[in-house]
Amino acid sequence: MNKRFILYLLGCILCFEAAFLVLPWIVSLIYKEAQGWAYLCCAVILGVSGGTIVYKKPKNTVFYARDGFVAVALSWVVLSIAGALPLWLCKDIPSYVDALFETISGFTTTGASILTNVEGLANCSLFWRSFTHWVGGMGVLVFILAVLPLAGGYNMHLMRAESPGITVGKLVPRIRSTAMILYGIYLAMTIVEIVLLLITGMPLFHALTLSFGTAGTGGFGVLNDSIASYPVIQQAIITVFMILFGVNFNAYYFMLIRKWKQAFEMEEVRAYFLIITAAIVLITLNTMRMFGDVFAAFHHAAFQVGSIITTTGYATADFNQWPEFSKAILVVLMFIGACAGSTGGGMKVSRVLLYVKSVIREIEHFIHPRSVKAIRLENRPVDQQAIRTTKVYLAAYFLIFFVSMLIVSLDNFDFTTNFTAIAATLNNIGPGLNVVGPTGNFSAFSALSKFVMMFDMLAGRLEIFPMLVLFSPLVRKNS
Amino acid sequence: MKIIIVGCGKVGRTLAGALNEEGHDIVVVDTNAKLVESVSSSLDIMGIVGNGASYGVQMEAGVEEADLLLAVTTSDELNLLCCLIAKKAGNCHTIARVRNPIYNTEIGFIREELGLSMIINPEQAAADEIARLLRFPSAIKADTFAKGRVELLRVQLPEKSVLHNRKVMEIVSFFLCDVLVCAVERGEEVIIPNGNFVLQGGDKISFIASAKKAAEFFKKISFDYNQVTNTMIVGGSTIAIYLAEKLMNMGIEVKIIERDRQKCETLSEQLPNAVIINGDATEEEVLLEEGLEYMQSFVALTNFDEENIMLSLFAGENSKAKRVTKVNRISFENVVEKLNLGALVSPKHITANSILQYVRAMENASGNNVETLYRIINGKAEALAFKIKETSDVVGIPFEKMSLKKNLLICCIVRKNKIITPRGKDMIMVGDTVIVVTTNQGLNDIHDILA
Repeated sequence: MNKRFILYLLGCILCFEAAFLVLPWIVSLIYKEAQGWAYLCCAVILGVSGGTIVYKKPKNTVFYARDGFVAVALSWVVLSIAGALPLWLCKDIPSYVDALFETISGFTTTGASILTNVEGLANCSLFWRSFTHWVGGMGVLVFILAVLPLAGGYNMHLMRAESPGITVGKLVPRIRSTAMILYGIYLAMTIVEIVLLLITGMPLFHALTLSFGTAGTGGFGVLNDSIASYPVIQQAIITVFMILFGVNFNAYYFMLIRKWKQAFEMEEVRAYFLIITAAIVLITLNTMRMFGDVFAAFHHAAFQVGSIITTTGYATADFNQWPEFSKAILVVLMFIGACAGSTGGGMKVSRVLLYVKSVIREIEHFIHPRSVKAIRLENRPVDQQAIRTTKVYLAAYFLIFFVSMLIVSLDNFDFTTNFTAIAATLNNIGPGLNVVGPTGNFSAFSALSKFVMMFDMLAGRLEIFPMLVLFSPLVRKNS
Repeated sequence: MKIIIVGCGKVGRTLAGALNEEGHDIVVVDTNAKLVESVSSSLDIMGIVGNGASYGVQMEAGVEEADLLLAVTTSDELNLLCCLIAKKAGNCHTIARVRNPIYNTEIGFIREELGLSMIINPEQAAADEIARLLRFPSAIKADTFAKGRVELLRVQLPEKSVLHNRKVMEIVSFFLCDVLVCAVERGEEVIIPNGNFVLQGGDKISFIASAKKAAEFFKKISFDYNQVTNTMIVGGSTIAIYLAEKLMNMGIEVKIIERDRQKCETLSEQLPNAVIINGDATEEEVLLEEGLEYMQSFVALTNFDEENIMLSLFAGENSKAKRVTKVNRISFENVVEKLNLGALVSPKHITANSILQYVRAMENASGNNVETLYRIINGKAEALAFKIKETSDVVGIPFEKMSLKKNLLICCIVRKNKIITPRGKDMIMVGDTVIVVTTNQGLNDIHDILA
């Protein structure tokens, strides 16, 4: 394993995080908040320590798939540990474990919070919390790949380990250009959302933080009741953008190069919109009587469906009080998640499609035992190796899910709470049901449960295998 | 430039790696998903699985915006079809690898009528390379510059060489030889020496000199410098036919040993003046009987790398012949180099090199001033030829007043058919071709030599 190069990457991560930490410090200057010093101190410390590591560039830049996995997993751990420091130092979150939970939740775009009173935080801390979503949404290493001229094709291992989806390809031959295009689209869409929210009269600070949360499909708000107290029009804008950020970014790239046909014929994106439409219609019908008004029912249903399927986790209403059928739909959506190649989490629509198609093929196989049929996705046959990895992903996913649930059960909450807490963290959504519902939070869990959920959040964001590789004894053995 | 490479074999892979490093956007196409996967995960390029001759696949690879398409699959016909379709679909430059000797005789017609920019025949290219090597028996490797007028020769100094512990400048001042040492390999290291660099026995030196001056130099440092008069070729492959034709034109006697009777008969029809022996060259007796020990050169060209290596080692034991060994697989190169095998020739390497040269030349047309580029010393250094088209800040200034980049040497100036070995008082003039040796990669313009 190329330890020197991995260390160099970690150094880069620290340097970039130092640069990011300057932003909340500027916010604190504007609002004249005393907490700003913590951000500046951390920025300086991280910058210096990162700088000393980066100072000498390693000669050997060759690294393999396993190094890529380890580098990505370690990067996220380091990023979170360092990012939690200012929250803890400025005493906005007194316990370091809680601060770490909050930061991991931020970077992994989960949006699960341990805070009981969000409004009690300083503006700079609120800004940092939301900004972590934006950074984590598209991925930190993708950002580094876009900015730093790291030579060599080996970097594909990094991108592959960080980006979600069955197979991760490039848009253009150069990895750096690909990363730049992705971040360009991401930045442009975020700015459009900010501008639209400003036009509808939202204050700049709210527009910024909420847009970061939407773009990264994170879910940290700045008010205690999440999004509920904003005007309907602003909620509608957020709904639309949540759903847009859950679309595979390849579709936007196709639109950008005017390959409209390819953009609109993406099977995954079509399935994604189909699922959303079906879920909205069903929930609207189911909650119509409760809201007493079709439009209100539709509005809340659309917002909540968009929020849950893209794994954002904003709430306009306490869906804990909704009928069981609607709640069940939401839980199902939690597992499906957004499209591959988007900023959302969950299992990803393309995987679900693949599983459904596998089941259909297997049934056909029972009927015609000698039949041979390739599974096709996006109009081309899927590689056997990719199918295998996808199936093993499901096994690993549920293994982690149930082990986590067992450990969390020690805290003696009800089944729904435990189940949805793990579902909400492993799928990077944020709120679950009951205790961890949209009006609740994760503060009541024990430190052990919090650590389990932190692992789940990271595993969910990195699609499980990087975290498992990092903790696998095999990696250390043949280092 | 945007370049599409069809075929992910050894040649495709080597090309993809080298071109990618030079900053081109590469898309590789192959029907074998495994190959595409492995290439695109070790290089910063995009891979597409599919038939390169398909219009749809070419469109997906972006043939419309591509500048160049390289077709290097194993099939001649597929390569030609790829180029034909690319020409119609995207109007880009095309290069095809075509190896069938039948097409080879009609190569001019094919190139013209199908609108190809270049056709490369690996066997022919390898034969050219071997013939060049045989002209200098003691030189390990030879390359030609400036349309054949300048030769870059690479030799290993014997341990007890007269050059041992001599400074590089003493070759001129003491031995009175007008040659310029461009690069010295000591162990794994490659050094571009200045005048005060001290040579040691066992160093591999690469130097530039005209054919005549090289001969003088070889004589002074007591190297054998006589063109070989006879050669033994083992294996009657296509390369052997091209090579034999070429050598016989130079007046060298050729003896070919081939195991297969039928093949021998075809050889004798095609090469009436060569001695064709039907026998198994892996039997020591056959080789000795055919006078291996009196041979001045020996070329192992069978289809098996292992056999070639064994033959070459055996020939080394039993004769003083200059040996050339063909090796197809280029892996483990560093290990193979340590064996006493004489010069190694890999057709695939040569093919890739020739295409690289063309790509450079193509860039030349679009603002880049490199005329030809040679990868020397296992790709650890480059020798570049610049054509000086107009006056600029490097023209008309004596070299002793210029501050050049480190690890860079101006080794030769070609002015009006005359070769000038540049010394401190010489200067570059308009119309010159300047040859620069450097370990810095990616020089695009003559101005890049300035520090």
